[in-house]
Amino acid sequence: MSDTTTNGPLLSVEDLSITFPLDDERAPVVDRISFEMAPGEILALVGESGCGKSMTALAILRLIAKPGRIETHSRVVFDGRDILRLKVTQMRALRGAGIAMIFQEPMASLNPVQTVGDQVIEALRLHERVSTPAARDRAAEIFERVGIPDPRGRLKAYPHQLSGGLKQRVMIAMMLVVRPRLLIADEPTTALDVTVQAQILALLRELREELGMAVLLITHDFGVVNELADRVAVMYGGRIAEEGTRAEVLGAPRHPYTQGLLRSIPSLAHRGETLTEIAGTVPSLGLWPAGCRFATRCPKVFGPCNAEVPPAVRLSDSHRAACHEIAHEVRR
Amino acid sequence: MSWIGNIIVAVLVAGGAYVWIWARSNRLWREAMRALVRRRRIALIVLGVYVLIGLLDAVSWVGGDGVQGVAASEARSVIDRIFKPSIFREKSYSEPFARVEFVGGAALTFPGQHVLGTDILGDDVLYKTLKGVKVALLIGGLTCLVLIPLALLFGVSAGYFGGRIDDAVFFVMSTLASIPNLLLLIALIMALGKGTLQVCFALGVTGWVGLSRLTRAETLKLRELEYVQAARALGVSHPTIVMRHILPNLAHLVIITFALLFTGLVLSETILAYLGIGLDGSWGRMIDQARNELSRDPVIWWNIVAASSALFILVLCVNLIADALRDILDPRTLRERA
Amino acid sequence: MLAFIVRRLAFGFATVLGVLFVLFVLFFAVADPDDMAIRAIGERASPETYAAWKRNHGYDKPLLINPEYDWTAIQRYTDTLLVDHYERMLSFRFGRSDSDDTPIWTRIREGAGPSLSLTLPLFILGLIVGITLSLFVAFFRGTYIDRSVLVICMLGMSVASLIYIIGGQYLIGKLLRWFPISGFDPDPSVIARFLAIPILIGVLAEFGGTVRLYRTVFLEEVNRDYVRTARAKGCGEIRVMLRHVLRNALLPIITNVVLAIPFLFIGSILFESFFGIPGLGALTVEAINGNDFSTLRTIVYIGALLYIAGQILTDICYSLADPRVRLGAEASG
Repeated sequence: MSDTTTNGPLLSVEDLSITFPLDDERAPVVDRISFEMAPGEILALVGESGCGKSMTALAILRLIAKPGRIETHSRVVFDGRDILRLKVTQMRALRGAGIAMIFQEPMASLNPVQTVGDQVIEALRLHERVSTPAARDRAAEIFERVGIPDPRGRLKAYPHQLSGGLKQRVMIAMMLVVRPRLLIADEPTTALDVTVQAQILALLRELREELGMAVLLITHDFGVVNELADRVAVMYGGRIAEEGTRAEVLGAPRHPYTQGLLRSIPSLAHRGETLTEIAGTVPSLGLWPAGCRFATRCPKVFGPCNAEVPPAVRLSDSHRAACHEIAHEVRR
Repeated sequence: MSWIGNIIVAVLVAGGAYVWIWARSNRLWREAMRALVRRRRIALIVLGVYVLIGLLDAVSWVGGDGVQGVAASEARSVIDRIFKPSIFREKSYSEPFARVEFVGGAALTFPGQHVLGTDILGDDVLYKTLKGVKVALLIGGLTCLVLIPLALLFGVSAGYFGGRIDDAVFFVMSTLASIPNLLLLIALIMALGKGTLQVCFALGVTGWVGLSRLTRAETLKLRELEYVQAARALGVSHPTIVMRHILPNLAHLVIITFALLFTGLVLSETILAYLGIGLDGSWGRMIDQARNELSRDPVIWWNIVAASSALFILVLCVNLIADALRDILDPRTLRERA
Repeated sequence: MLAFIVRRLAFGFATVLGVLFVLFVLFFAVADPDDMAIRAIGERASPETYAAWKRNHGYDKPLLINPEYDWTAIQRYTDTLLVDHYERMLSFRFGRSDSDDTPIWTRIREGAGPSLSLTLPLFILGLIVGITLSLFVAFFRGTYIDRSVLVICMLGMSVASLIYIIGGQYLIGKLLRWFPISGFDPDPSVIARFLAIPILIGVLAEFGGTVRLYRTVFLEEVNRDYVRTARAKGCGEIRVMLRHVLRNALLPIITNVVLAIPFLFIGSILFESFFGIPGLGALTVEAINGNDFSTLRTIVYIGALLYIAGQILTDICYSLADPRVRLGAEASG
């Protein structure tokens, strides 16, 4: 699959299922997905809203709130340990230090009554024993590293006094101050202006080089994927439809859903043509079709699609897609 | 005058039926009602019993069954006719289901038949408790009849028109809110008199500020919604916009606040009764009159327990229903369901 | 900040004027000075005595327009009860009681102490109990602890305060005989015994509504994004509740709390009369029963003043506590 080092993958998600109660049963928002990440690689998890990508991210940090539940057959192995089975105290030590996460809306995600400096210092202090002046130095350092002008002065600022881009930099600083091995970025640029987006993405790329950390990038924007990702996994209906390197998935997509998505992006190359779209809408929870989730909207739907869950077909060492039609073709 | 009560009952029943039919035709409300019934069946049934008793006590007419001790022109309600209070009485206190008087031990006229005993005047306590139902419903209902339109008038105009009108309304609200509620109430009642209508009116006039603030805030939000602005751009007149777009969206707020106000009013009537300005026949009066009985030895408890329990159960039911309504009518969940 | 305070004060003053007007209409429209004089002195005094009484109590002028002057003189409009009323109230010259001639301000001063001795401990205790319990419940949200406490709160809120008092007096005073049922003695060594029951009952009666209210506030904060961030950083639940949720929830709580402070002085009509505490609440009841309008008017006025002061204080406290209001937005970079 992915290019694993001799030490094995950094993160291995196996059979992850997250369910929510619906009427009297539990409906899966994420349905038995598996993927791996090597140290230092950027994996983009792409999909429309409601496909379960944010849930996946939260599950890795065990931040799924009741009534959601991670099913017991799931495994998330980080650095050799199944973190779903860790004790709460151990998990807490991991959060922010081994695995960190930045969120979509920086304004809502920062404590409005605490200075940004204090919030970064808190993140530091939770994992290392540092004196207050030393902590403040570290905070100013990381502020400078993420590109916040007047870093020491800004320590005393409150979130509402900063622009969107600065707030997101603060978030990144807060989460990176203890140098995690894996950073989960949940739509980090969606709420920002386009110019700021580019800056933040560039920053993430630099930091990945510098710190050697892996990034799980959650997004619905293929532009962002193109900028940053090494590998891409496309999700639909709580399942992974297609997974591969950036070149493979963006350049030569095999799954009908990926193909539909990419075709629906306006591009200069197709200027003047009618914009194609994927027919239908995403069904709401509980109304998913049996069998392949995409069956109701797929242009290539046939027999087994409505009855059986499509198997993951290996198209190459790094490329796989879950589709009956591809399986059918490959078998021939 | 018995016919006023009868007319009011007729209007209420007709109005209730109309609202019922209208609500059933609207999908959102139908689902909300269904959800409410599912979650609070018991509370709704109990409340229904209370309303039924209240209605039975409101329908009254003159003459008919030759009961002695009743003037020929006195209108008596269904409850009155069932209990025949002028006959079904003792001389003074008696315990529930007792066969003898509490003081002295003389035999009772109706041994074992007073389910909740009798009070100091010999009146059957169950009868008095049932009579209190109508009064309680009146306090809540009649006051809100004054209060809600007033609050809506001020709140919606302040929120919708903004500017000077908003400033003026805000000033009036602040002024009224600054005067301690109970004191203002007492002052008003001293000025207007102690009758049922006056007390309800005073309660309504002193209580509208809270709801008004809520509706004002909500109207401000609603006014900025795109479809309202679109309606304005299309030239729809102000009154139509208010009637069609603003008021219906305030309905959930009004309903929940009405339930909460209702309980607050009924509870505060007990305080008014203590101060001497309560309504005739209310549970507050009963409690006030029975207050001192607890210090006697042996203690007389049935009077005050009956009135407090009846009050408690009513308030609890309405509170439970209001709570469930708050969850059901939460605009977020309403939007999701639609 | 200064401009804000000045504006609030100005609005407050305008409200005071409005309140005085309402009071004027209410009390002077109801009270007929002649009736009041008769009630105070009796029916058989001479006309001069009545006139003197009325003059002493400031009732000897016409309501709105004084016909003794002709329409060009300013006194036609200012030598009236209306202007007089405003003048006195604004300069805090409250005069004497209608029923027993004692200076009103003295009575008020005397009553404030006992009122405070009840309301202040009640308030503080209620606050502590309310906040800790609702924090506790918010921490255990969704569990059976949460649900049981909610049920208890619902039950507690449905009982009339009158019943709490009567029941409490009966239970604690008569059955258990722990404390005296009523009465008051300002001597610090025994004052606690008399205040025990009312404070206990007061906290019990308030507890249901308070806990529910604060619980809602806490739960709203707990579900916010920044709490999720704190957890993602590695904060434990307890730290999340205390350092993040509480700190943010304090903002709406402060509004509630500071607003209640002025009423601590006014005292509770209900509690004071039931427990025989000679505070301002009892004074109010006395004034009502004695048709003592001037005292009643003064008490209501002071209550309004305190409330307006409380609102201004709340606004100031809130803006001090919330950095968003205090510092304003200076988005840059």
